[in-house]
Amino acid sequence: MKAIVKISNLSKTYNTGDQALKNIDLEIYEGEILALLGPNGAGKTTLISTICGIVSASSGSVTVAGHDIVSGYRITRDLIGLVPQELTLGAFDTVWNTVSFSRGLFGKKPNPAYIEQLLKDLSLYDKKNNALMTLSGGMKRRVLIAKALSHEPRILFLDEPTAGVDVELRRDMWRLVRGLQESGVTIILTTHYIEEAEEIADRVGIISNGELVLVGDKKTLMHELGKKQLILDLKHPIVDIPESLAKYALEISDDGNQLTYTYDTHSTRTGITALLQSLNEAGLSMKDLKTRQTSLEEIFVNLVRSQA
Amino acid sequence: MNFQAIRVIYKFEMLRAWNTLLQSIASPVISTSLYFVVFGAAIGSRIEQVEGVPYGLFIVPGLVMLSLLTQSIANASFGIFFPKFTGQIYEVLSAPISFFEIIVGYVGAAASKSLILGTIILITANLFVDLEVAHPVWMVTFLILTCISFSLFGFIIGLWATNFEKLQLIPMLIITPLVFLGGSFYSVNMLPPVWQTVTLFNPVLYLISGFRWSFFEVADVGVGISLMMITIFLLSCLLLVWWMFKSGYRLKQ
Repeated sequence: MKAIVKISNLSKTYNTGDQALKNIDLEIYEGEILALLGPNGAGKTTLISTICGIVSASSGSVTVAGHDIVSGYRITRDLIGLVPQELTLGAFDTVWNTVSFSRGLFGKKPNPAYIEQLLKDLSLYDKKNNALMTLSGGMKRRVLIAKALSHEPRILFLDEPTAGVDVELRRDMWRLVRGLQESGVTIILTTHYIEEAEEIADRVGIISNGELVLVGDKKTLMHELGKKQLILDLKHPIVDIPESLAKYALEISDDGNQLTYTYDTHSTRTGITALLQSLNEAGLSMKDLKTRQTSLEEIFVNLVRSQA
Repeated sequence: MNFQAIRVIYKFEMLRAWNTLLQSIASPVISTSLYFVVFGAAIGSRIEQVEGVPYGLFIVPGLVMLSLLTQSIANASFGIFFPKFTGQIYEVLSAPISFFEIIVGYVGAAASKSLILGTIILITANLFVDLEVAHPVWMVTFLILTCISFSLFGFIIGLWATNFEKLQLIPMLIITPLVFLGGSFYSVNMLPPVWQTVTLFNPVLYLISGFRWSFFEVADVGVGISLMMITIFLLSCLLLVWWMFKSGYRLKQ
């Protein structure tokens, strides 16, 4: 895949001495949805802000569509739309005016037909003449998205887009994001909600303490790092695991009705066949069995914990 | 050149003045009228001519400058401070705009508002006294230069200020005293010699003096010096604002 954003050895140290980014190397591919995961203060917003031109890098470089973000800022910024984390909007301006203002800032001629369609897509059209201060939090979030899309960007950054929004807006937002991706827009989002990344992203990057701990295809990541578990529901509860089953390192539930076997999906032998045979020999009968894949959240928690 | 960006910033700022018409226009016009009533009519009727000019007429250029300076600073400083305060500045910083275009948009709008205000005050003054302008071209030149320079200065204050108190600090504690002590209501020649010398260090004196000369051909200092001083002030502000953008001072982290 072709990289549209290339980040090389990017570091940022604030005047306070806090090092927010440490030698980040990352390529963002054209047309993908990349989710950046990380705890509060990990450096996600600093990374996005640096690419967009709001924060100056201490060292390293970023190119967008082959242009440096400092020397070629007019070209790179024209390609980028940003939805900030905070609801940073004026009070007295109307929805229509603020979205039109954003389009103009990016050097685009007025296009009322485009703005009208955009507001309709975001269910904002009936509020177009409303003052921003009269809108609810969810509506303000929609306005910020409309502003970011007003100049028809090819890359969209969404910084914590679903923080504090209701289910309906979240659903609308993901529908919009998928629609944008289908039209060729590259999307980079940061989120705390791992299930969101799991659901919507093509690739996932994990940031912790200013470092990009890991980045990879979501499925590959889960496949490579994920452990699989076989859960066995017993017909009759047991108190202790029989000695003959010790080599399988089984975990027993508190009520003695369930055994859990964890195995590596990559090993040539998972040991499941042997385990089932050993269970039979030990005289244990099962009424059900199921498997479970480690979630992205567990991978994330484990990685962040190991970094701390 | 991103002309669209300049256009929308300019339009947005002008619209802000329109939405706050009472604060932007009516308030300075009313206070100027009050100055005319108090200084021009009540006190002025007991004062003899100053430098051969009736006192009511003599204070007109000073009063225009008083409003122009304070309003230019207030408009421009608030225009850039407010988006900084609310966080909306992210949009300007992430847009494909150069620092020059940002300044043309914000400072251009603030200077335009001041120019409109200056014209309205002159029209208001004409209701109280018979105003005659000896050098209209120079009068307009001084007016425009003052509006631009002090809007630029206000823009710098807006960039520098980190809270509302700081935003008011320089206009209140420095600009207003300088305008009052810069010969708005009197000729420097009316002061004792020591204070005449001290007043020469007040940059506002040169503005008022030059502006007054364009009306009555009466000046405390040479008109050439006035013009030079305001040009130096304008260039200094441009240099400072260029450095602020270049270094990202209080804009970019």
